[in-house]
Amino acid sequence: MKSDVTPRAIPLREQEISIFTDTRDLLEHSRRDAMKRGLQDWFVCDVDAHHVETVSWKEVVQYIEDPVVRENAMNYQQQRIGAPPYGLNGDLGLRYQSVGGRIPHQDDQREKVEDTSVHRDVTLTRRAMNSLGADYMIVFPTPMLFLGMHPQPEMEIWLARAYTRWTMDKIMAADDRIKTLIYLPFNTPSECVRMVEEFGHLKSVVGFTVTSTRYKPVHHNDYMPVYARIEELGKPIAFHAGYHWQDQSLATVNRFLGMHALGFVWCNMVHMTNWILNGIPERFPRLNSIWVESGLAWVPFLMQRLDDQYLMRQSEAPQLKRMPSDYMRENCFYTTQPMEVTHKKALENTFEMINAKTQLMYSSDWPHFDFDLPSMITDLPFLDEQSKRNILGLNAARLFNLPTDLRKDLAGGGVPLG
Amino acid sequence: MTEYYVCDDDDLAEMGRLVVECGDKQVGVFRVQGEIHAWFNRCAHMRGPVCQGRIYRRVLEPVAEDGTVRMMQQSETEINIVCPWHGYEYDLKTGRHPGNPRIALRRAEHVVREGKIYVRV
Ligand code: FES
Repeated sequence: MKSDVTPRAIPLREQEISIFTDTRDLLEHSRRDAMKRGLQDWFVCDVDAHHVETVSWKEVVQYIEDPVVRENAMNYQQQRIGAPPYGLNGDLGLRYQSVGGRIPHQDDQREKVEDTSVHRDVTLTRRAMNSLGADYMIVFPTPMLFLGMHPQPEMEIWLARAYTRWTMDKIMAADDRIKTLIYLPFNTPSECVRMVEEFGHLKSVVGFTVTSTRYKPVHHNDYMPVYARIEELGKPIAFHAGYHWQDQSLATVNRFLGMHALGFVWCNMVHMTNWILNGIPERFPRLNSIWVESGLAWVPFLMQRLDDQYLMRQSEAPQLKRMPSDYMRENCFYTTQPMEVTHKKALENTFEMINAKTQLMYSSDWPHFDFDLPSMITDLPFLDEQSKRNILGLNAARLFNLPTDLRKDLAGGGVPLG
Repeated sequence: MTEYYVCDDDDLAEMGRLVVECGDKQVGVFRVQGEIHAWFNRCAHMRGPVCQGRIYRRVLEPVAEDGTVRMMQQSETEINIVCPWHGYEYDLKTGRHPGNPRIALRRAEHVVREGKIYVRV
Protein backbone atom coordinates (compact mmCIF):
# COMPACT_ATOMS: atom_id res chain seq x y z
CA MET A 1 0.00 0.00 0.00
CA LYS A 2 1.39 3.37 -0.99
CA SER A 3 1.74 5.85 1.83
CA ASP A 4 1.35 9.53 0.91
CA VAL A 5 2.92 10.75 4.13
CA THR A 6 6.18 12.52 3.27
CA PRO A 7 9.00 10.93 5.23
CA ARG A 8 11.07 13.16 7.46
CA ALA A 9 14.77 13.43 6.85
CA ILE A 10 16.73 12.73 10.03
CA PRO A 11 19.30 15.31 11.11
CA LEU A 12 22.78 13.85 11.64
CA ARG A 13 24.11 13.87 15.18
CA GLU A 14 27.23 15.77 14.07
CA GLN A 15 26.23 18.79 12.03
CA GLU A 16 29.77 20.16 11.98
CA ILE A 17 32.77 17.96 12.52
CA SER A 18 35.20 19.29 15.10
CA ILE A 19 38.08 18.19 17.28
CA PHE A 20 35.48 16.68 19.63
CA THR A 21 33.89 14.43 17.00
CA ASP A 22 34.11 10.71 17.67
CA THR A 23 36.47 8.99 15.21
CA ARG A 24 33.64 6.59 14.36
CA ASP A 25 31.36 9.46 13.35
CA LEU A 26 34.10 11.16 11.40
CA LEU A 27 34.96 7.98 9.52
CA GLU A 28 31.41 6.65 9.17
CA HIS A 29 31.50 7.14 5.40
CA SER A 30 34.67 5.10 5.26
CA ARG A 31 33.08 2.29 7.25
CA ARG A 32 30.08 2.25 4.92
CA ASP A 33 32.36 2.30 1.89
CA ALA A 34 34.31 -0.62 3.26
CA MET A 35 31.10 -2.59 3.96
CA LYS A 36 29.85 -1.92 0.44
CA ARG A 37 33.08 -3.24 -1.00
CA GLY A 38 32.92 -6.38 1.11
CA LEU A 39 36.09 -5.55 3.04
CA GLN A 40 34.73 -7.38 6.05
CA ASP A 41 36.01 -10.49 4.28
CA TRP A 42 39.36 -9.05 3.19
CA PHE A 43 42.47 -9.08 5.31
CA VAL A 44 43.64 -5.49 5.65
CA CYS A 45 46.80 -4.29 7.34
CA ASP A 46 47.39 -0.57 7.68
CA VAL A 47 51.16 -0.25 7.66
CA ASP A 48 51.37 3.40 8.70
CA ALA A 49 49.02 5.10 11.14
CA HIS A 50 49.84 7.50 13.95
CA HIS A 51 49.03 8.44 17.46
CA VAL A 52 50.02 11.67 19.15
CA GLU A 53 52.49 10.57 21.77
CA THR A 54 52.85 14.05 23.23
CA VAL A 55 49.34 13.80 24.70
CA SER A 56 50.87 11.17 27.00
CA TRP A 57 54.26 12.82 27.37
CA LYS A 58 53.91 13.09 31.14
CA GLU A 59 53.73 9.30 31.21
CA VAL A 60 56.40 8.76 28.58
CA VAL A 61 59.08 10.76 30.40
CA GLN A 62 58.64 8.51 33.43
CA TYR A 63 60.19 5.79 31.29
CA ILE A 64 63.44 7.70 30.68
CA GLU A 65 66.16 5.49 32.14
CA ASP A 66 68.76 8.11 33.04
CA PRO A 67 67.63 9.14 36.55
CA VAL A 68 68.80 12.73 36.27
CA VAL A 69 67.19 13.35 32.90
CA ARG A 70 64.06 11.56 34.07
CA GLU A 71 63.75 13.79 37.13
CA ASN A 72 64.34 16.92 35.07
CA ALA A 73 61.82 15.84 32.48
CA MET A 74 59.16 14.93 35.03
CA ASN A 75 59.57 18.24 36.82
CA TYR A 76 59.39 20.09 33.55
CA GLN A 77 56.26 18.25 32.44
CA GLN A 78 54.63 19.02 35.78
CA GLN A 79 55.51 22.69 35.97
CA ARG A 80 55.91 24.06 32.47
CA ILE A 81 53.54 26.62 31.11
CA GLY A 82 53.00 26.70 27.39
CA ALA A 83 56.43 25.41 26.35
CA PRO A 84 56.66 22.35 24.07
CA PRO A 85 57.02 18.87 25.59
CA TYR A 86 60.34 17.93 27.16
CA GLY A 87 63.09 16.98 24.75
CA LEU A 88 61.12 17.27 21.52
CA ASN A 89 62.28 19.55 18.76
CA GLY A 90 59.26 19.18 16.46
CA ASP A 91 59.10 21.34 13.36
CA LEU A 92 57.35 24.63 12.90
CA GLY A 93 55.42 23.11 10.01
CA LEU A 94 53.38 21.13 12.53
CA ARG A 95 51.40 24.30 13.22
CA TYR A 96 50.12 24.41 9.65
CA GLN A 97 49.00 20.82 9.22
CA SER A 98 45.27 21.45 9.63
CA VAL A 99 45.15 24.30 7.06
CA GLY A 100 43.98 26.82 9.61
CA GLY A 101 41.49 24.48 11.26
CA ARG A 102 39.91 23.29 8.03
CA ILE A 103 40.86 19.70 8.78
CA PRO A 104 39.99 19.36 12.47
CA HIS A 105 41.20 15.79 13.12
CA GLN A 106 44.68 17.01 12.30
CA ASP A 107 44.48 19.55 15.13
CA ASP A 108 43.33 17.30 17.93
CA GLN A 109 41.14 14.36 18.84
CA ARG A 110 39.35 15.32 22.03
CA GLU A 111 36.53 12.85 21.61
CA LYS A 112 34.99 11.11 24.58
CA VAL A 113 36.47 7.81 25.62
CA GLU A 114 34.62 5.98 28.36
CA ASP A 115 36.71 2.82 28.51
CA THR A 116 39.37 3.31 31.17
CA SER A 117 40.59 -0.30 31.09
CA VAL A 118 43.06 0.54 28.32
CA HIS A 119 45.06 3.61 27.33
CA ARG A 120 43.00 6.17 25.42
CA ASP A 121 45.21 5.73 22.34
CA VAL A 122 44.27 2.05 22.22
CA THR A 123 40.59 2.99 22.02
CA LEU A 124 41.23 5.63 19.37
CA THR A 125 43.27 3.16 17.32
CA ARG A 126 40.56 0.50 17.61
CA ARG A 127 37.95 2.99 16.47
CA ALA A 128 40.08 3.90 13.47
CA MET A 129 40.79 0.27 12.59
CA ASN A 130 37.13 -0.67 12.67
CA SER A 131 36.12 2.38 10.65
CA LEU A 132 38.79 2.01 7.99
CA GLY A 133 38.35 -1.76 7.86
CA ALA A 134 41.84 -2.67 9.07
CA ASP A 135 42.60 -5.91 10.88
CA TYR A 136 45.99 -4.63 12.03
CA MET A 137 47.47 -1.20 12.38
CA ILE A 138 51.13 -0.33 12.69
CA VAL A 139 51.24 2.76 14.82
CA PHE A 140 53.96 5.40 14.68
CA PRO A 141 54.52 8.43 16.88
CA THR A 142 54.11 11.95 15.44
CA PRO A 143 56.38 14.77 16.73
CA MET A 144 59.08 12.18 17.38
CA LEU A 145 59.44 11.89 13.61
CA PHE A 146 61.60 15.02 13.83
CA LEU A 147 63.83 13.78 16.62
CA GLY A 148 66.66 12.88 14.24
CA MET A 149 67.33 16.62 13.93
CA HIS A 150 67.74 17.14 17.66
CA PRO A 151 71.10 18.77 18.44
CA GLN A 152 71.71 16.32 21.30
CA PRO A 153 72.11 12.78 19.97
CA GLU A 154 71.64 11.58 23.56
CA MET A 155 68.14 13.00 23.59
CA GLU A 156 67.22 10.78 20.68
CA ILE A 157 68.43 7.75 22.62
CA TRP A 158 66.73 8.70 25.88
CA LEU A 159 63.42 9.37 24.21
CA ALA A 160 63.52 6.49 21.73
CA ARG A 161 64.01 4.07 24.59
CA ALA A 162 61.48 5.74 26.88
CA TYR A 163 58.86 5.85 24.15
CA THR A 164 59.47 2.24 23.15
CA ARG A 165 59.18 0.97 26.71
CA TRP A 166 56.08 3.05 27.33
CA THR A 167 54.42 1.98 24.10
CA MET A 168 55.08 -1.68 24.90
CA ASP A 169 53.48 -1.31 28.32
CA LYS A 170 50.54 0.89 27.47
CA ILE A 171 49.66 0.29 23.84
CA MET A 172 51.10 -2.95 22.50
CA ALA A 173 50.28 -5.00 25.60
CA ALA A 174 46.62 -3.96 25.39
CA ASP A 175 45.78 -5.14 21.88
CA ASP A 176 47.66 -7.52 19.60
CA ARG A 177 46.06 -5.91 16.55
CA ILE A 178 48.34 -2.92 17.13
CA LYS A 179 51.94 -3.35 16.04
CA THR A 180 55.04 -1.21 15.98
CA LEU A 181 58.19 -0.67 13.96
CA ILE A 182 60.35 0.55 16.78
CA TYR A 183 62.21 3.83 16.65
CA LEU A 184 65.95 3.46 16.12
CA PRO A 185 68.09 6.29 17.54
CA PHE A 186 69.86 6.37 14.22
CA ASN A 187 72.29 9.17 15.08
CA THR A 188 74.03 6.64 17.35
CA PRO A 189 74.49 3.29 15.56
CA SER A 190 75.65 1.34 18.62
CA GLU A 191 72.40 2.27 20.38
CA CYS A 192 70.44 1.04 17.38
CA VAL A 193 72.08 -2.35 17.80
CA ARG A 194 71.14 -2.28 21.46
CA MET A 195 67.50 -1.51 20.59
CA VAL A 196 67.38 -4.32 18.04
CA GLU A 197 68.82 -6.79 20.50
CA GLU A 198 66.65 -5.71 23.38
CA PHE A 199 63.27 -5.28 21.70
CA GLY A 200 63.60 -6.95 18.31
CA HIS A 201 62.35 -10.36 19.41
CA LEU A 202 59.04 -9.06 20.81
CA LYS A 203 55.92 -10.16 18.98
CA SER A 204 54.45 -6.71 18.69
CA VAL A 205 57.68 -5.44 17.14
CA VAL A 206 57.28 -6.21 13.45
CA GLY A 207 60.37 -4.27 12.39
CA PHE A 208 62.35 -1.08 12.89
CA THR A 209 62.02 2.54 11.91
CA VAL A 210 64.54 5.09 10.83
CA THR A 211 62.93 8.49 10.81
CA SER A 212 64.21 9.84 7.53
CA THR A 213 64.46 13.49 8.54
CA ARG A 214 68.12 13.60 9.43
CA TYR A 215 71.50 14.34 7.91
CA LYS A 216 73.09 10.92 8.13
CA PRO A 217 74.53 8.78 5.33
CA VAL A 218 72.70 5.44 5.57
CA HIS A 219 75.64 3.67 3.91
CA HIS A 220 78.21 4.60 6.56
CA ASN A 221 80.18 1.59 7.79
CA ASP A 222 78.96 2.27 11.34
CA TYR A 223 75.49 1.11 10.30
CA MET A 224 76.55 -2.26 8.96
CA PRO A 225 76.20 -4.02 12.35
CA VAL A 226 72.68 -2.58 12.64
CA TYR A 227 71.65 -3.92 9.25
CA ALA A 228 73.32 -7.26 9.95
CA ARG A 229 71.37 -7.72 13.21
CA ILE A 230 68.09 -6.72 11.61
CA GLU A 231 68.68 -9.03 8.68
CA GLU A 232 69.43 -11.88 11.08
CA LEU A 233 66.12 -11.27 12.86
CA GLY A 234 64.26 -11.43 9.58
CA LYS A 235 62.32 -8.24 10.25
CA PRO A 236 62.26 -5.22 7.91
CA ILE A 237 63.70 -1.74 8.33
CA ALA A 238 61.42 1.17 7.46
CA PHE A 239 62.42 4.66 6.43
CA HIS A 240 59.60 6.88 7.60
CA ALA A 241 59.63 10.19 5.76
CA GLY A 242 59.10 13.63 7.25
CA TYR A 243 59.97 17.21 6.46
CA HIS A 244 62.46 19.70 7.79
CA TRP A 245 61.39 23.16 6.82
CA GLN A 246 64.65 24.68 7.96
CA ASP A 247 66.64 22.60 5.52
CA GLN A 248 68.31 25.33 3.48
CA SER A 249 66.67 24.46 0.19
CA LEU A 250 63.21 23.94 1.71
CA ALA A 251 63.54 27.19 3.63
CA THR A 252 63.07 29.01 0.34
CA VAL A 253 59.59 27.46 -0.04
CA ASN A 254 57.05 29.71 1.64
CA ARG A 255 53.90 27.60 1.42
CA PHE A 256 53.43 24.59 3.66
CA LEU A 257 51.86 22.80 0.70
CA GLY A 258 55.07 23.07 -1.33
CA MET A 259 57.38 22.35 1.58
CA HIS A 260 55.36 19.29 2.56
CA ALA A 261 55.08 18.00 -1.01
CA LEU A 262 58.86 18.16 -1.45
CA GLY A 263 60.07 17.48 2.07
CA PHE A 264 58.28 14.18 2.54
CA VAL A 265 59.87 12.85 -0.61
CA TRP A 266 63.27 14.49 -0.60
CA CYS A 267 64.58 12.77 2.54
CA ASN A 268 63.69 9.33 1.21
CA MET A 269 65.09 10.08 -2.23
CA VAL A 270 68.43 10.90 -0.65
CA HIS A 271 68.44 7.80 1.57
CA MET A 272 67.28 5.52 -1.23
CA THR A 273 70.01 6.85 -3.53
CA ASN A 274 72.67 6.08 -0.94
CA TRP A 275 71.07 2.75 -0.08
CA ILE A 276 71.14 1.53 -3.67
CA LEU A 277 74.35 3.06 -5.04
CA ASN A 278 76.33 1.73 -2.09
CA GLY A 279 74.96 -1.74 -2.68
CA ILE A 280 73.25 -2.27 0.68
CA PRO A 281 70.82 -4.74 -0.98
CA GLU A 282 73.85 -6.67 -2.29
CA ARG A 283 75.51 -6.72 1.12
CA PHE A 284 72.32 -7.67 2.97
CA PRO A 285 70.21 -9.47 0.40
CA ARG A 286 67.65 -10.70 2.94
CA LEU A 287 67.18 -7.30 4.54
CA ASN A 288 63.88 -5.86 3.40
CA SER A 289 63.48 -2.10 3.42
CA ILE A 290 60.16 -0.25 3.45
CA TRP A 291 59.82 3.30 2.22
CA VAL A 292 57.04 4.94 4.17
CA GLU A 293 54.90 8.02 3.63
CA SER A 294 56.56 9.49 0.59
CA GLY A 295 53.73 8.50 -1.73
CA LEU A 296 54.70 6.66 -4.91
CA ALA A 297 55.34 9.13 -7.72
CA TRP A 298 58.97 9.64 -6.69
CA VAL A 299 59.86 6.00 -7.21
CA PRO A 300 59.62 5.85 -11.03
CA PHE A 301 61.33 9.24 -11.19
CA LEU A 302 64.28 8.02 -9.13
CA MET A 303 64.42 4.69 -10.94
CA GLN A 304 64.81 6.48 -14.25
CA ARG A 305 67.36 9.00 -12.96
CA LEU A 306 69.54 6.40 -11.31
CA ASP A 307 69.35 3.89 -14.15
CA ASP A 308 70.38 6.40 -16.78
CA GLN A 309 73.26 7.78 -14.76
CA TYR A 310 74.39 4.34 -13.61
CA LEU A 311 74.94 3.13 -17.15
CA MET A 312 77.23 6.08 -17.81
CA ARG A 313 79.14 5.86 -14.53
CA GLN A 314 79.03 2.20 -13.49
CA SER A 315 82.52 2.42 -11.98
CA GLU A 316 81.13 4.69 -9.26
CA ALA A 317 78.73 2.00 -8.04
CA PRO A 318 80.82 -1.14 -8.39
CA GLN A 319 78.79 -3.26 -6.00
CA LEU A 320 75.72 -3.29 -8.18
CA LYS A 321 75.03 -6.38 -10.24
CA ARG A 322 71.74 -5.15 -11.57
CA MET A 323 70.20 -1.85 -12.52
CA PRO A 324 69.30 0.46 -9.61
CA SER A 325 65.63 0.12 -10.51
CA ASP A 326 65.90 -3.67 -10.21
CA TYR A 327 66.91 -3.32 -6.57
CA MET A 328 64.23 -0.72 -5.99
CA ARG A 329 61.66 -3.10 -7.42
CA GLU A 330 62.85 -6.38 -5.96
CA ASN A 331 64.42 -5.53 -2.61
CA CYS A 332 62.28 -2.62 -1.49
CA PHE A 333 58.72 -2.34 -0.29
CA TYR A 334 56.59 0.77 -0.41
CA THR A 335 53.56 2.05 1.46
CA THR A 336 50.78 3.64 -0.53
CA GLN A 337 50.00 6.87 1.27
CA PRO A 338 49.75 9.63 0.20
CA MET A 339 48.98 7.96 -3.10
CA GLU A 340 49.02 10.44 -5.98
CA VAL A 341 45.78 9.79 -7.85
CA THR A 342 45.22 12.82 -10.03
CA HIS A 343 47.08 11.36 -13.03
CA LYS A 344 45.65 7.89 -13.47
CA LYS A 345 47.96 6.75 -16.29
CA ALA A 346 51.01 7.76 -14.30
CA LEU A 347 49.69 5.84 -11.32
CA GLU A 348 49.15 2.71 -13.38
CA ASN A 349 52.65 3.03 -14.75
CA THR A 350 54.00 3.46 -11.23
CA PHE A 351 52.27 0.29 -10.05
CA GLU A 352 53.85 -1.59 -12.90
CA MET A 353 57.32 -0.14 -12.33
CA ILE A 354 57.40 -0.96 -8.62
CA ASN A 355 55.73 -4.35 -9.10
CA ALA A 356 52.97 -3.26 -6.77
CA LYS A 357 51.44 -6.72 -6.70
CA THR A 358 54.20 -7.93 -4.37
CA GLN A 359 55.98 -4.76 -3.17
CA LEU A 360 53.23 -2.34 -2.23
CA MET A 361 51.38 -2.17 1.09
CA TYR A 362 48.35 -0.13 2.02
CA SER A 363 48.83 2.62 4.60
CA SER A 364 46.36 5.19 5.84
CA ASP A 365 48.49 7.67 7.78
CA TRP A 366 45.39 8.23 9.87
CA PRO A 367 44.75 10.75 11.50
CA HIS A 368 46.82 13.08 9.35
CA PHE A 369 45.38 15.48 6.82
CA ASP A 370 46.31 13.42 3.75
CA PHE A 371 45.14 10.03 5.02
CA ASP A 372 44.09 7.36 2.54
CA LEU A 373 41.27 4.80 2.58
CA PRO A 374 41.39 1.12 1.58
CA SER A 375 38.78 1.89 -1.10
CA MET A 376 41.48 3.77 -3.00
CA ILE A 377 42.96 0.38 -3.75
CA THR A 378 39.77 -1.64 -4.23
CA ASP A 379 38.52 0.94 -6.74
CA LEU A 380 41.59 0.97 -8.98
CA PRO A 381 40.41 -0.10 -12.45
CA PHE A 382 43.73 -1.51 -13.61
CA LEU A 383 44.35 -4.03 -10.81
CA ASP A 384 43.18 -7.62 -10.55
CA GLU A 385 41.59 -8.81 -7.34
CA GLN A 386 44.61 -10.75 -6.14
CA SER A 387 46.81 -7.66 -6.46
CA LYS A 388 44.29 -5.64 -4.49
CA ARG A 389 44.22 -8.24 -1.75
CA ASN A 390 48.01 -8.34 -1.66
CA ILE A 391 48.34 -4.59 -1.41
CA LEU A 392 45.64 -4.23 1.21
CA GLY A 393 47.00 -6.87 3.52
CA LEU A 394 48.65 -10.00 2.19
CA ASN A 395 51.98 -8.37 1.29
CA ALA A 396 52.17 -6.98 4.82
CA ALA A 397 51.20 -10.35 6.31
CA ARG A 398 54.06 -11.95 4.42
CA LEU A 399 56.60 -9.29 5.33
CA PHE A 400 55.61 -9.00 9.00
CA ASN A 401 54.69 -12.62 9.49
CA LEU A 402 51.14 -11.84 10.58
CA PRO A 403 48.32 -14.38 10.71
CA THR A 404 45.66 -13.49 8.17
CA ASP A 405 42.56 -14.28 10.16
CA LEU A 406 40.09 -11.42 10.12
CA ARG A 407 40.05 -9.35 13.28
CA LYS A 408 38.05 -6.23 12.50
CA ASP A 409 34.46 -5.51 13.30
CA LEU A 410 33.24 -3.37 10.45
CA ALA A 411 29.57 -4.06 10.98
CA GLY A 412 29.68 -3.14 14.66
CA GLY A 413 32.26 -0.39 14.21
CA GLY A 414 29.94 2.60 14.16
CA VAL A 415 29.04 4.80 17.11
CA PRO A 416 26.36 3.05 19.15
CA LEU A 417 23.02 4.77 18.82
CA GLY A 418 21.46 6.56 21.71
CA MET B 1 12.94 9.43 -6.20
CA THR B 2 11.57 10.00 -2.75
CA GLU B 3 10.78 13.36 -1.30
CA TYR B 4 11.84 14.03 2.29
CA TYR B 5 10.78 16.86 4.56
CA VAL B 6 13.92 18.59 5.89
CA CYS B 7 12.74 21.53 8.02
CA ASP B 8 10.61 24.64 7.94
CA ASP B 9 11.93 27.40 5.75
CA ASP B 10 12.07 29.74 8.77
CA ASP B 11 14.28 27.35 10.66
CA LEU B 12 17.17 27.62 8.21
CA ALA B 13 18.88 30.91 8.99
CA GLU B 14 21.25 32.77 6.70
CA MET B 15 24.48 30.73 6.61
CA GLY B 16 22.63 27.97 8.40
CA ARG B 17 22.95 24.32 7.53
CA LEU B 18 21.14 21.09 8.18
CA VAL B 19 22.72 17.80 7.24
CA VAL B 20 20.16 15.03 7.11
CA GLU B 21 19.84 11.37 6.42
CA CYS B 22 17.27 10.45 3.74
CA GLY B 23 17.11 6.69 3.65
CA ASP B 24 20.60 5.56 2.76
CA LYS B 25 21.63 8.97 1.43
CA GLN B 26 22.78 12.08 3.22
CA VAL B 27 22.15 15.63 2.09
CA GLY B 28 23.34 18.99 3.39
CA VAL B 29 20.94 21.90 3.02
CA PHE B 30 22.44 25.41 3.28
CA ARG B 31 21.17 28.93 3.02
CA VAL B 32 23.77 31.16 1.42
CA GLN B 33 23.05 34.81 0.62
CA GLY B 34 19.36 34.07 0.80
CA GLU B 35 19.40 31.07 -1.54
CA ILE B 36 18.90 27.48 -0.52
CA HIS B 37 21.38 24.92 -1.85
CA ALA B 38 21.27 21.20 -1.23
CA TRP B 39 24.30 18.97 -1.79
CA PHE B 40 24.84 15.27 -1.35
CA ASN B 41 27.10 14.70 1.62
CA ARG B 42 29.73 12.92 -0.46
CA CYS B 43 32.93 14.67 -1.33
CA ALA B 44 34.11 14.33 -4.92
CA HIS B 45 37.52 13.33 -3.61
CA MET B 46 36.90 10.19 -1.53
CA ARG B 47 33.26 10.44 -0.55
CA GLY B 48 34.01 12.17 2.74
CA PRO B 49 31.32 13.95 4.79
CA VAL B 50 31.83 17.28 3.04
CA CYS B 51 28.60 18.90 4.20
CA GLN B 52 29.71 18.48 7.82
CA GLY B 53 32.84 20.53 7.23
CA ARG B 54 33.64 24.03 8.32
CA ILE B 55 32.63 27.03 6.26
CA TYR B 56 35.27 29.57 5.20
CA ARG B 57 35.31 32.47 2.85
CA ARG B 58 37.36 31.77 -0.25
CA VAL B 59 40.95 32.92 0.15
CA LEU B 60 42.25 35.37 -2.41
CA GLU B 61 45.62 36.98 -2.97
CA PRO B 62 45.38 40.35 -4.71
CA VAL B 63 48.27 41.23 -6.99
CA ALA B 64 49.29 44.87 -7.25
CA GLU B 65 49.92 46.68 -10.55
CA ASP B 66 53.63 46.06 -10.23
CA GLY B 67 53.14 42.30 -9.80
CA THR B 68 53.82 42.25 -6.09
CA VAL B 69 51.66 40.77 -3.35
CA ARG B 70 51.40 41.84 0.25
CA MET B 71 48.36 40.36 1.97
CA MET B 72 45.79 37.71 1.40
CA GLN B 73 42.10 38.38 1.59
CA GLN B 74 38.82 36.66 2.27
CA SER B 75 36.27 36.91 -0.51
CA GLU B 76 33.17 38.99 0.20
CA THR B 77 30.99 36.83 -1.99
CA GLU B 78 32.39 33.35 -2.35
CA ILE B 79 31.69 31.03 0.55
CA ASN B 80 33.30 27.61 0.63
CA ILE B 81 32.52 24.47 2.53
CA VAL B 82 35.65 22.51 3.40
CA CYS B 83 35.54 18.75 3.50
CA PRO B 84 36.81 17.77 6.94
CA TRP B 85 38.64 14.68 5.69
CA HIS B 86 41.34 16.25 3.51
CA GLY B 87 40.36 19.85 2.97
CA TYR B 88 38.86 19.95 -0.53
CA GLU B 89 36.91 23.21 -0.73
CA TYR B 90 33.71 23.79 -2.68
CA ASP B 91 31.79 26.96 -3.41
CA LEU B 92 28.52 26.53 -1.56
CA LYS B 93 26.54 28.12 -4.39
CA THR B 94 28.07 26.38 -7.39
CA GLY B 95 29.38 23.23 -5.71
CA ARG B 96 32.66 23.65 -7.59
CA HIS B 97 36.20 23.35 -6.28
CA PRO B 98 37.75 26.83 -6.56
CA GLY B 99 41.01 25.41 -7.90
CA ASN B 100 39.50 23.04 -10.44
CA PRO B 101 35.85 23.55 -11.43
CA ARG B 102 35.66 20.05 -12.91
CA ILE B 103 35.70 18.75 -9.35
CA ALA B 104 32.24 19.37 -7.98
CA LEU B 105 29.64 18.28 -5.49
CA ARG B 106 26.43 16.63 -6.63
CA ARG B 107 23.43 18.82 -6.21
CA ALA B 108 20.32 17.38 -4.61
CA GLU B 109 16.97 18.59 -5.84
CA HIS B 110 15.05 20.67 -3.33
CA VAL B 111 11.71 22.45 -3.23
CA VAL B 112 10.18 24.94 -0.86
CA ARG B 113 6.44 24.44 -0.51
CA GLU B 114 4.16 26.20 1.89
CA GLY B 115 7.06 27.31 4.03
CA LYS B 116 8.67 23.87 4.20
CA ILE B 117 11.90 22.64 2.66
CA TYR B 118 11.97 19.24 0.97
CA VAL B 119 14.70 17.35 -0.82
CA ARG B 120 14.27 14.64 -3.45
CA VAL B 121 16.79 11.87 -3.52
S1 FES C 1 37.04 13.11 0.93
FE1 FES C 1 36.70 15.20 0.94
S2 FES C 1 38.59 16.06 0.85
FE2 FES C 1 38.97 13.96 0.72
